[in-house]
Amino acid sequence: MDNIAGTRARLVWAVNLAAAVLVILWVVPTIGLLVSSFRDRDQITASGWWRAAFPATISSFVRAGTAQDQFQENGLWVIEGNVLEPGQGLERWGTSSRAPEAYAPGETVDLKDGEVITVAPDGGYRLTAPQEFTNTRGMRIFITTTTPPRFTTDNYARVIGAEGLGRAFLNTMTVTIPATVIPILIAAFAAYALAWMQFPGRALLVAAVVGLLVVPLQLSLIPLLRFHNEIGLGKGYLGIWLAHTGFGLPLAIYLLRNYMVGLPKEIIESARVDGATEFQIFRRIILPLSFPALASFAIFQFLWVWNDLLVATVFLGNRPDQLVMTGVLRELLGSRGGDWEILAASAFVSIAVPLLVFFALQKYLVRGLLAGSVKGG
Amino acid sequence: MEQLMLAGGTILTGVFACVAWFWGANFVLDTLYPPRGPNIGRNILRANMIRPWLFIGPAILFLGVYLVYPVFKSTLMSFQDSDAKAFVGFANYNWLLSDAKFRESIFNNLMWLLVVPAASTFFGLIAAQITDRIKWGNFAKSMIFMPMAISFVGAGVIWKFVYDYRAEGQEQIGLLNAIWVSLGNSPETWLTVPFWNNFFLMIVLIWIQTGFAMVILSAALRGIPEETIEAAILDGANPWQLFFRIKVPQIWGTIAVVWTTITITVLKVFDIVFVMTNGEWGTQVLANMMYNWMFRGAPDYGRGSAIALVIMALVTPIMIWNIRNARKEMA
Repeated sequence: MDNIAGTRARLVWAVNLAAAVLVILWVVPTIGLLVSSFRDRDQITASGWWRAAFPATISSFVRAGTAQDQFQENGLWVIEGNVLEPGQGLERWGTSSRAPEAYAPGETVDLKDGEVITVAPDGGYRLTAPQEFTNTRGMRIFITTTTPPRFTTDNYARVIGAEGLGRAFLNTMTVTIPATVIPILIAAFAAYALAWMQFPGRALLVAAVVGLLVVPLQLSLIPLLRFHNEIGLGKGYLGIWLAHTGFGLPLAIYLLRNYMVGLPKEIIESARVDGATEFQIFRRIILPLSFPALASFAIFQFLWVWNDLLVATVFLGNRPDQLVMTGVLRELLGSRGGDWEILAASAFVSIAVPLLVFFALQKYLVRGLLAGSVKGG
Repeated sequence: MEQLMLAGGTILTGVFACVAWFWGANFVLDTLYPPRGPNIGRNILRANMIRPWLFIGPAILFLGVYLVYPVFKSTLMSFQDSDAKAFVGFANYNWLLSDAKFRESIFNNLMWLLVVPAASTFFGLIAAQITDRIKWGNFAKSMIFMPMAISFVGAGVIWKFVYDYRAEGQEQIGLLNAIWVSLGNSPETWLTVPFWNNFFLMIVLIWIQTGFAMVILSAALRGIPEETIEAAILDGANPWQLFFRIKVPQIWGTIAVVWTTITITVLKVFDIVFVMTNGEWGTQVLANMMYNWMFRGAPDYGRGSAIALVIMALVTPIMIWNIRNARKEMA
C-alpha cells in the first residue's frame, strides 16, 4: 500500500540499506562471540575476531641456543635451530627490540665480533662465530610470524568438561522443564474459569492477575526463602519449581484467558446444551483449541526460566554442582574475566538451547507477545 | 542422569497431581450435587457456584503464597531491623534517604527509565516500518528479535567482549575499542568511564528489547486501516509525513503499551549490571543494590526490603494503569 506514493528506486534502496545496517548492528555482537568461541586462546588475543578468517600476524621473540648447543663446523662455531612453531610462516625478523622487523627471511646479518646470523624462510636459523660461544642465555631473535586461520572445538570440550558447564546444563534442564509444564496446567484451568464461568468476584480476580503481572520479583525473594525454610523445603529443586510456578502464573493466566475469551461462544454453549460437563468442555474443546496460546506461554516460560539468574541464585544453592548455566557463566566472568575462549564457548553453550527454541517456535512466541500486549492498548 | 529422572518424575507427579485434583474435585462435586434426580435444578446451581473455585483454587493458592503474601511480608520487613525481628519504624527509609549509593541508584534508574524505553521503542518502530517494506523482512525481523532469546547474563558476556580493553599499543580485540583506536584515539575501558558507562550498560538492554518493540509495533502498523493511508497518499503526503503524521498517531495506544512494558523490565533490571559492573564505577541500580543488601556478606533484610519497596512503588503507577486498561477492555 505504501508504495502507491511511488516505487521510487532510490527509496527502495534506502530502505533496504537501512534494514541491512540495522540487522548488522544487531547481529554483529553475537557473531563476534560465536566466532571467538571457535578460536584458540592465542588467536583471540592476537587479532580481533573480524580477522579470524585471515592469517594472524604476531610479533614475538625466541631465544637462540646457548653455548651448550654449539658445535664446530669448518673451523666455525655454530648454533642452529628453528624459530617457528608448526603452521607459522615467517614475515620479518630482527636482532634487537628497537628494530624487530629489520630483516627479511633469508638475509644474512653481521653481528659484533665476526658473528653472523641468518634466518631462513622456513624459520631455521644459523648463528656462526669464529670463536667459541660462551653465553649462557641465548640471544633474542625477534620474529614477525603469520599464523593461518585456525578453528577448533577444543574450547567447547573444555568448558563442558573441566569448567562444569555440562553439569550445569543438566541442572538447568532439571529446573526448566517442570517449571514450564506445571504452571501451564494450573493456569489453563484458572483461565477457563475466568473466561467462561460466571461467579462473583471474577472481574476482581482478573484485575488482580493483571496487577500481579508487574510485581517485582525482588519483593518476593526473602519472604519466600524464609517461608521455604520454615516449611522444611530449604534450597533445592522443589523450591525453585514452586517459585517459578508462582512467578509464571500471572502471565500464564493472563495470556490464556485473553485467548480463551476469544474462542467462539457457540461451540461452548452448544456443548453445554448437549449436556457436556464443564470438565469435559475444558478437556475436549478448550484445551485443544487453546493450543497456540499454550505453546506461546510455554515458550515464554521456558526462555524465562532457562535464562533466569536471580531466582536460581536465591532458591538453589551456590555450590559448584548446584549452579545453573547462568550461574556458572557469572562465576566465570568473575574468575576468568580475560579468558575469552572460555567465556565465549560457555556463553554459547548456555544460549544454544534458547536460540534453537526461538528459531524453531518463533511463530508462537510472536503470537503470544501480541496477545499479551496489543490487546492492552 | 539421576537428576533428570527426578525432573521427569516431578513432571509426572505434578501433572498427575493436577489432573487428580481437577478431575477428583469435579467428581466429588458431581457426586454431591448430581445433575439429575429430584433436586436437579438446585444441584446444578450449587455445583456451578462451587466449580469455578475448584478450577481456580490452585492458581489462587500459588498467587497468594508466591506473590501476594511476599508483598505484605516485605512491607512489614522494611520497618524491621536487619534480622526482621524488632521494629525500627522508618529507620530503614531514613537510611535510604541519606545513603549516597541509594541516591546514585535512583539517579541511574531514572536515566535508564528515560533512555531505554524511549530508545527501544524508537528503534523498534523504525525496524518495524523498514522490515515491513522489504522482501527479506522476515529474516531481518528474526535477526533483530533474536536477542530476546539470549539471557541477560549471556548478553552481558557478548557485550563485555565488544567493550573489551587492551592496553595501548596492543592489538584491540574488543570491537568498540578497535574502531575507536582506528579513528586515532587511545583505547578506553568503557565500563569504568564515569557517567557514560551507564549508557554502555543501557545499550545491552536496548539491544535486547528492540526486537520486542519491533514485533508488536509491526503488528500494530499492519493493523492500520488502509483507507487512512490511501487517503493520505491521494492528498499527496510524502513517506515521512505518512509515517509520522498518519501512522504513528494511530498506534499511540500500542506504543504506550510497549513503552510501559519495557519500563517495567527496566525497573527490575538486575542481571546486566550484576554481571558487567556489579554496580561499581557509579553504575549501581536499585535491583542490584537490593541484591547486595539481601545476599552479600551480612544480610540486612530491613534495608533490602526497603529498597525492594521503592522498586514496587515505582512500578505501582503502571500497574494501576494496566488494571484500568484491562477493566475498560472487559467492560
